[in-house]
Amino acid sequence: MAAIPNPMEHGHDHGHGHEPGLQHQYEDMAQQSETYIVGMWSFLVSEVMFFGALFLIYTLYRWNYQVDFYIAHEHLDVKLGAINTTVLLFSSFTMVMAVQSAQLKERIRVMGYLAATVLCACTFLVIKYFEYKSKFADHLYPGVSFADDAVKAFGPHALENGHVAVNMNHAQLFYGLYFGMTGLHAVHIIVGIGILLSLIRLWYNRAKTVIHDYVPTEMVGLYWHFVDLVWIFLFPLFYLMPIPR
Amino acid sequence: MSSTGKVTGELQHQPQTEEVNYLNNGHTIASWLLTGDHKRIAMLYLISTTFFFFLGSLAAGLVRFELTSPAGVVLESETYNKVFSSHGILMIFTFLVVAIPAIFGNFLIPLMIGARDLAFPRLNLASWYMFMTGGILILIGFIAGGVDTGWTFYTPYSSMYSNTQVSLVLVGVFIGGFSSITTGVNFVATIHKMRAPGMTWFRLPLFVWAMYATSLLLILGTPVVAITLLLVVFERLFKLPIFSPELGGDPVLFQHLFWFYSHPAVYIMILPAFGVISELIANFSRKRIFGYHFVAFSSIAIAGLGFLVWGHHMFVSSQSMYESVVFSLISFLVAVPSAIKIFNWTTTMYKGNVRLQSPMLFAIFFLLIFTVGGLTGLYLGCIGTDVHLTATYFVVAHFHYVMVGGTMLGFLGALHYWWPKMTGRLYSENIARATAYIVFVGFNLTFFPQFILGWMGMPRRYHYYYFAPEFQAYHIMSSLGASVLGLGFILPAFYLTMSLINGKKAGPNPWQAHGLEWETSSPPPTANFLETPIVMDEVYDFDPVSEHQQNMADLEKREASDNDGNMPIEDHD
Amino acid sequence: MQFTNFPLAPPSASNFSQEYDVLFYTLTGLTVFFTLVVSVAVIFFAIRYRQGTKADRSRPMYENLFLELTWTIVPLVLGLVMFYFGTSLYVKMRTPPRNSTEIFVIGKQWMWHVQHGNGVRENNTLHVPVGQPVKLTMISQDVLHAFYIPAFRVQEHVVPGRYTQLWFTATQAGEYHLFCNMYCGTQHSEMGGKVVAMPPKEFAEWLANGGQSVAPMSMEQAGAKLFNKVGCNNCHGAEDTLRAPSLNGIFGKRRVFADGTSLIADEEYMRSSILRPYDHITAGYGQTMPVYEGQLTEEDVLNLVAYMKVMGTSSPNPPTSNINRHSGPSAVSGSNEATSLAANAAQWNTADPDATPTRRVGSPAVGAVAAQGRNR
Repeated sequence: MAAIPNPMEHGHDHGHGHEPGLQHQYEDMAQQSETYIVGMWSFLVSEVMFFGALFLIYTLYRWNYQVDFYIAHEHLDVKLGAINTTVLLFSSFTMVMAVQSAQLKERIRVMGYLAATVLCACTFLVIKYFEYKSKFADHLYPGVSFADDAVKAFGPHALENGHVAVNMNHAQLFYGLYFGMTGLHAVHIIVGIGILLSLIRLWYNRAKTVIHDYVPTEMVGLYWHFVDLVWIFLFPLFYLMPIPR
Repeated sequence: MSSTGKVTGELQHQPQTEEVNYLNNGHTIASWLLTGDHKRIAMLYLISTTFFFFLGSLAAGLVRFELTSPAGVVLESETYNKVFSSHGILMIFTFLVVAIPAIFGNFLIPLMIGARDLAFPRLNLASWYMFMTGGILILIGFIAGGVDTGWTFYTPYSSMYSNTQVSLVLVGVFIGGFSSITTGVNFVATIHKMRAPGMTWFRLPLFVWAMYATSLLLILGTPVVAITLLLVVFERLFKLPIFSPELGGDPVLFQHLFWFYSHPAVYIMILPAFGVISELIANFSRKRIFGYHFVAFSSIAIAGLGFLVWGHHMFVSSQSMYESVVFSLISFLVAVPSAIKIFNWTTTMYKGNVRLQSPMLFAIFFLLIFTVGGLTGLYLGCIGTDVHLTATYFVVAHFHYVMVGGTMLGFLGALHYWWPKMTGRLYSENIARATAYIVFVGFNLTFFPQFILGWMGMPRRYHYYYFAPEFQAYHIMSSLGASVLGLGFILPAFYLTMSLINGKKAGPNPWQAHGLEWETSSPPPTANFLETPIVMDEVYDFDPVSEHQQNMADLEKREASDNDGNMPIEDHD
Repeated sequence: MQFTNFPLAPPSASNFSQEYDVLFYTLTGLTVFFTLVVSVAVIFFAIRYRQGTKADRSRPMYENLFLELTWTIVPLVLGLVMFYFGTSLYVKMRTPPRNSTEIFVIGKQWMWHVQHGNGVRENNTLHVPVGQPVKLTMISQDVLHAFYIPAFRVQEHVVPGRYTQLWFTATQAGEYHLFCNMYCGTQHSEMGGKVVAMPPKEFAEWLANGGQSVAPMSMEQAGAKLFNKVGCNNCHGAEDTLRAPSLNGIFGKRRVFADGTSLIADEEYMRSSILRPYDHITAGYGQTMPVYEGQLTEEDVLNLVAYMKVMGTSSPNPPTSNINRHSGPSAVSGSNEATSLAANAAQWNTADPDATPTRRVGSPAVGAVAAQGRNR
């Protein structure tokens, strides 16, 4: 039969006669790289649907409760959010540089840029920690007693003429969505840090999977850019609301 | 096989004695639990999904037993509600969504396209672990008290009112969902990039087309239900006000998000079965599938349109009239590709050389039952009629016709067809054929009366019906049928297991079927093929004319080997 | 009907039923037709073209655009026709007429509260007039429910936090199933009841009578009716006779007995003299009165006693009795119903070993009597 000898069956080990870093199920590096790319994009599509559902819920509720969401959002710290945005954008830049260095097989530079990316990510998380901390201090988190505890936070708007001018249910909804979506995003950042650290370790150990083939590094880059992109949507939606008419 | 330039049924250079295959290539537990081999992972899925299926069947048996009497038999309502909920959750999330893709998709896709393994073997193993983690969490939730929300978990009952293990079970479903997503990613990458040389898209077996369409649904749909169910957990635990009106949320929003996945989910459950039926009908009619392109594209059409019809589960939910009309229109559109398939499969048998062996019996019964199931879906897609029938036993009958009569028959057909390939053993064909008849009769006895019950107005998820004793006769008929159906499902557990112990050894191609999977030994070696095949023709390259001539010449010989109840002795054509 | 044990269709009792049933049976016809076509073809091909038969297999067919288009377009067109008719029925179902009678429904775990426009309420039952459109406006107090009347072919979810509607016109008088059709918890299957369609005149009477089939009688009126029905009036007339003394104005008077003892005629005395007349035989009379023990319920006795209190009075407004039943139109004037019930309850609390257990529920004293009866 017309056929190509099967390297696995003939007892060849991974490296013999084949490119290093090639997994056994692939014929050649080109196929492996293309498959990795299809796989990662498919995964990112699923992530889009994952976050997309949340964005849809946010959109629907904000459309219906524009004023309450506006009043609730005033307690978010735009400055910290903007710093975080800059930090993440910069981390995407360092990630791109890491991928380019991988293409040029410049090991030290790769590790350096990846480390910078990790640093940016950690900075993001630290700032996030302080943001969350202040929200918790003001009782601005969803829970059974939100309506009572959080009233004080709404300053001059609260207790106008004896009535709270913002619907506490809707404000609670806003903060529920805030913590849910930024929290889910933060989980993705943490997972990303883990992946980045593993990648640094692979480069450090000169592992065959990354030294000879830049595609794994590029795939991590894709993931990282996706996480950044989610934040680019989250930031204006939550922090930069225009005053509703 | 002619797909690679030969007409032989056996692979050359392969001794029939105990060669190394994927089953005996390593006997330790670790070699199974840490395997990357897609075939071993498929077997792991086979064992675990069968286990969940039997648990779900026990729940079903208990439900049917309770319903024989209008005032129940042994259960309190609270327990009954937990039993039917567990039946739905186990059957849908741990069996129907998973079984054919994870067992047969995993096992066969690399073989059918001529690859050594799936694109991401370690991810594949992780999928199984995610599935097991989710399934075990669900079982723990059931043991710790169960849930009584139904598998649909409608809010605000599930998020604010039910005092049952909703959070635990939902976290289990959530984790299991990742198994679906990663399987879908794996299949898409594999089918796109790892086909053997010469295996163009239109030379692929239709099973692969079906699995590709299924994978699109897995990737796009599952994340939405995952996050939705997670939000229900958050609403329960943190009073996050998303779906409950008391907190300012919207219960209908939950339904939209839930059905956005759960309608494509039913196509996730049926498309793989469609793929199986294509393989069975082609190979047991010994003829190329009629209208190959139409069948291939209809799978993609079902996947695409399937995302646009979710609102037909919500016609009476207080959604607007205009939404309902649009969803109804598209629902009628999505019915058409399935009809095309049925007609194409039927026409395939015309002027073929039909062999009525057990896998073909399952396929034929599928055609009969699925036609009814699909057509009864029209009553539900047509809003005027749906208003009366929704949430009654009519819906229960409809979805059991398509899920049990459809997916389950497809599963059994696949199991019987590829069992010799996966295990290297032949089972008793006579008992298998009897099983097919028992399942067909038992199935119709169980579920046909439920159409009448629903038409008369019996609601679903009802424990008692003492105020409507006119329903009892049909419930008794249905429960009797369920006993027969149960027998039909238990029999394969016995004769298939027995075949492992004392079944005859199967050669590479006991059915004389066409397809790359039949060009390697049974069971296949770990790397699937000794040599990567180069494909030169499409897969269903049967030649019914010359086969017919051969059959006429061999008439007596064929009758003899068919009559003694065993599968035909391997022929060297 | 010969199919009483195996009914095959729900009753048809609304303005939608006919159009609905035409649609349903058309779909059934299409289903049967296409199932037959496929089944016959499959079975025929399986037999005729079974391997080894002599059927002609020359020029096998692998594709045929005409066939494909035919069996794509024909089902599509049929489907769109069904869509059209189904949608038009649905639009009718969603468009209540302007003159609909409005009725309100509240669903809660696990019962239905129905409120009619004039204030009449009912639980788990819905009375509607025949021939008049009725619009239900519904809301839930807790979880999702659904209001489902199979005989009318209507159904709609009952949602917490917003109103939902459904409408129908009953076309046939009768009683029909009402089901909750959205799973709502433990007693979901028991959250049903009846829809009672009545001819318009009866419905109007029912509504005016506060939801009763006949105007509720006062206890005195019920007692009067019973007095005649069981034959007390045969002996007890306006004047004393040889057979029996008159009962006019007896309440509160002293009665002297044959053995010389006497009692004030209170409710206790009157009750025992109905049920066991020979405990105290009025002076001048013998054992002629039949014993009514075991033949009258306590409710009957109470009604008789109430009547006896006003026997002989010609006042158009009989004085309100101390024991008063809660009924719509007849108000308890001036007396607090709870205290009057409680006051009378005290009398019944004396342990009477011969007291028959009562069927009246709700009144604490009566329940105590019943308990004592059971402990006998």
